Amino acid sequence: MRREMVGSCEELAACAGRVGGRRVDDEEVPVPRRDRIAEPWGTRTPYGPGETWPRRVDSYLDGDLTEDDVDRWVQSASILHSNGDGIDIAVKDGRIVGVRGRAEDRVNHGRLDPKDLFGWQANNSPDRLTRPLIRRDGKLVETDWDTAMDAVVGRVKELLEEQGPSAIGFYTTGQLFIEDYYTLGLVAHGGIGTNHVDGNTRLCTATAAAALKESFACDGQPGSYTDVDHADVIALYGHNVAETQTVLWTRMLDRLAGPNPPKLVVVDPRLTPVAKAATVHLAPRPGTNVMLMNALLHEILRNGWYDEAYVEAHAVGFDELQKQMEKYPPEVAAEVCDVPAERIREAARLIGTAERLMSTVLQGFYQSHQATAAAVCVNNIHIVRGMLGKPGCGLLQMNGQPTAENTRECGADGDLPGFRNWDNDDHVADLARIWNIEQIRIPHYAPPTHAMQIFRYAEEGSIRFLWIIGTNPAVTLPELQRVRAILGQERLFVVVQDIFPTETTQFADVVLPAATWGEKTGTFTNADRTVHLSEKAVEPPGEARPDMEVFLDFAHRLGLTDKDGEPLVKWSDPEGAFEGWKECSRGRPCDYTGMSYARLRGSGGIQWPCNDEHPDGAERLYADGRFFADAGYCEEYGRDMVTGAPVSETEYKALNPDGKAVLKAAEYLPPHELPSEEFPFQLITGRTLYHFHTRTKTGRAPQLQAAAREVWVEMSASDAAGGGLGEGDLLEITTPRGRVEARLRVSGIRPGVVFLPFHYGYWDTDGADGAGDGHGRAANELTVTDWDPVSKQPIFKTAAAAVRRIAFSDGVPSAAPTTTSAPVAGSPPPTTGGSAGEAVELVGGRS
Amino acid sequence: MKLDLAIEELHRSENELYTVLLSMSDRHKVDHEVFHVTRDMSTWSHRHVAELAEAGREFGLELDPEARNSQGLIEALQQKTSELTGRRSAPGLLLLADLRHLYREASGTSLDWELLAQGAQGGKNKELLDLAERCHPQTLRVARWANAKLKESSPQVLNS
Repeated sequence: MRREMVGSCEELAACAGRVGGRRVDDEEVPVPRRDRIAEPWGTRTPYGPGETWPRRVDSYLDGDLTEDDVDRWVQSASILHSNGDGIDIAVKDGRIVGVRGRAEDRVNHGRLDPKDLFGWQANNSPDRLTRPLIRRDGKLVETDWDTAMDAVVGRVKELLEEQGPSAIGFYTTGQLFIEDYYTLGLVAHGGIGTNHVDGNTRLCTATAAAALKESFACDGQPGSYTDVDHADVIALYGHNVAETQTVLWTRMLDRLAGPNPPKLVVVDPRLTPVAKAATVHLAPRPGTNVMLMNALLHEILRNGWYDEAYVEAHAVGFDELQKQMEKYPPEVAAEVCDVPAERIREAARLIGTAERLMSTVLQGFYQSHQATAAAVCVNNIHIVRGMLGKPGCGLLQMNGQPTAENTRECGADGDLPGFRNWDNDDHVADLARIWNIEQIRIPHYAPPTHAMQIFRYAEEGSIRFLWIIGTNPAVTLPELQRVRAILGQERLFVVVQDIFPTETTQFADVVLPAATWGEKTGTFTNADRTVHLSEKAVEPPGEARPDMEVFLDFAHRLGLTDKDGEPLVKWSDPEGAFEGWKECSRGRPCDYTGMSYARLRGSGGIQWPCNDEHPDGAERLYADGRFFADAGYCEEYGRDMVTGAPVSETEYKALNPDGKAVLKAAEYLPPHELPSEEFPFQLITGRTLYHFHTRTKTGRAPQLQAAAREVWVEMSASDAAGGGLGEGDLLEITTPRGRVEARLRVSGIRPGVVFLPFHYGYWDTDGADGAGDGHGRAANELTVTDWDPVSKQPIFKTAAAAVRRIAFSDGVPSAAPTTTSAPVAGSPPPTTGGSAGEAVELVGGRS
Repeated sequence: MKLDLAIEELHRSENELYTVLLSMSDRHKVDHEVFHVTRDMSTWSHRHVAELAEAGREFGLELDPEARNSQGLIEALQQKTSELTGRRSAPGLLLLADLRHLYREASGTSLDWELLAQGAQGGKNKELLDLAERCHPQTLRVARWANAKLKESSPQVLNS
């Protein structure tokens, strides 16, 4: 590793300032480097309200390589989080050798997060899946594609003959491309005709979609990341943006470091880096978000901090909301949430008197009790304050995964493509016309089956074929003992399509090796509707194939045709699939018809809708209080927020005849699993900065793996003191469902709550799975099978747990990074990356 | 004046709905959404029973304010049975039957609320009318849920 200079942060920043505007290849100028493991958010580039976020181009190249050594740069964007940062992939001798942020990209202005800087190395990992595998005499053995696909297609044909499409399920991911999802959606819904198609996006983004459908009758992110540039108050609800979307946090940090910074209101039971920067930090008991939100709304309404004219003109349901919120004064919430009433009032005042209010919501709400109801409360605030569709007034119901948005748009997460309404016959007829099939082939008798129900059907034996694509349910679903039992059933035929052997491939009858990011071309859309093109940079390893090609092969072998006997899927390459998708999106809210590969090539990202009306895309939705909520056009009529029962068309028309925004009051219900004498703590799980999901990629990037190599547990100082526990002590965490061992980090988390990161499974341990050797490591050994009745998102953040010490630390610290899970007791060594963690940062960009 | 009869009958049927919801919950412990949503909805009936008992006093009724699950003793057994048989497909049919039963119970109770509301209107009893307006929508939501869940589950149960 080349090290031109080492210095303090200030020196580096000063140096970075000098370098900006000069040629990088100028031998005289030292290249500014920073340990991006120790400083995940990098150098500050302060800016003021209304100004353009300054550029800072981050890059990392393998070994001693310099930009001069790179053969070519290939345009792409990040798929290791949902932010959608524009990336150029560096290629040398047919291999990926590094990455560089795209300075002109609207999302990141050149910046990259640590996962982007180092995570690409996993592509080159020697243990990639390179050949199909098939189970023979109980063992997975290598085979060829013909044998593997014939086995898959053979089983599907048998089951279609014997039972019909209800026997077939697909469980996909939030990391494929539009082209993959749309092809899969067509094959599954239009070809096979099954209603059982969902993704692991059910675990991360389902509530975002559900909350938007409740309030606006249609999915679609109202706000834009550029709202950070204008906001005077930013409220973050269960959104640890510093870890989940580090570059967006960098943008906020730069506003905080500049003139007239925004104030932050943060709702999080943990003292996250975001909470530390907050003007007001509310740390409620897990499972009480709706109570807290209702108290905030109570205060906003009571003080008249709402826009009467806007509500009158653009919303329905205000009177009922006002009536319902009377029951939730801050004193009541203070009791239930264990947050001081005064602090709730202070937060309400900031939110209620903001001139440009930006709000973001993520898993602290989405994966907790009453998920959709809590997220809808945030929508309610923006509607009553009339803060939609204007600079700085961004409402962002975030995604957890890079391409989660596309599962929602393309019909791979249970919705019909193009935000079409399953309960509207005209929409289904329109889809049948586009696909040239009979309408009855498309299942629309009920809402599409969600992931947790798919696994339930597999459990009771009515789904007998499950194709799992790019996801690892044996680690990520709640209550793993149960999930392993479901996947291990003899009567269930399991196909797993992935890039590495995982805990889930162990249960497969057939394993299909897939190509990934950098090895295939396609498009995807981030959490603020920005569409990026990601081009193929290198060949996939061995016989690995792009996901779309696998689906095309499947469709051809199955002989799927349209009603004229022509092949059902009309395309054979990614661009063809994109053109097909454009037609499907025409006239719908997520209209892509104004885009093309040619337009996306070289662009800094384009936001949908992009069509004749918005030729360059649309920065924000719902300007001027116009919504997609007309009964004939909308995606969904809504659901009952307690029972989840769909609202009928007739009811919806009566409620909202003019297609306005819908204010829905949410009643608070206590969490289903409360602490007891036996299980006195509340367990929450979560995502952390250096890893993504089950570390299939990030665990194979040395810098990221070293930064957070092992599971840990967090607990407050008072709870630790009460139990006589200290930093690094080995604890056993138990719930009625299982046990996990982890070393303790005494952190700023609220008392009564323990936190476990969910990244750690068993692929890199000695034991094959946690059940066998009894040393549970995966957080989901402990979580409860329960989901939000509206969004069907599993509840990972309200389980009752017990904790006991197994062994003293003896000087061994927990593996929790000090950068993000700061210790409040003991003195564990700071997290650093050393020279291996150094990446280049060019403030001001490359000239 | 026969409003007391309407209150008494409603008190009985809300109590019955409470029992139906809880016993259904116990029978479907491994159908997690059914298990939890029926329990959540049972809190509505629980409150309705208490409010009806309170309202009944004005009419000289002495109704038990505490909803009773008449099947309480066997719930643990039902949960265990559910866990043991949850892997078979027969519970699918049982679920359909239970949803059908719940729908009819909730609809009947809803009609009773209708009766009470009409009686309160006629007798210009504002408090009783408020009570009906507060509680009746929740009973309707139970019926709607049963209907929606039946629509969602039946295609799978009947085609496998």
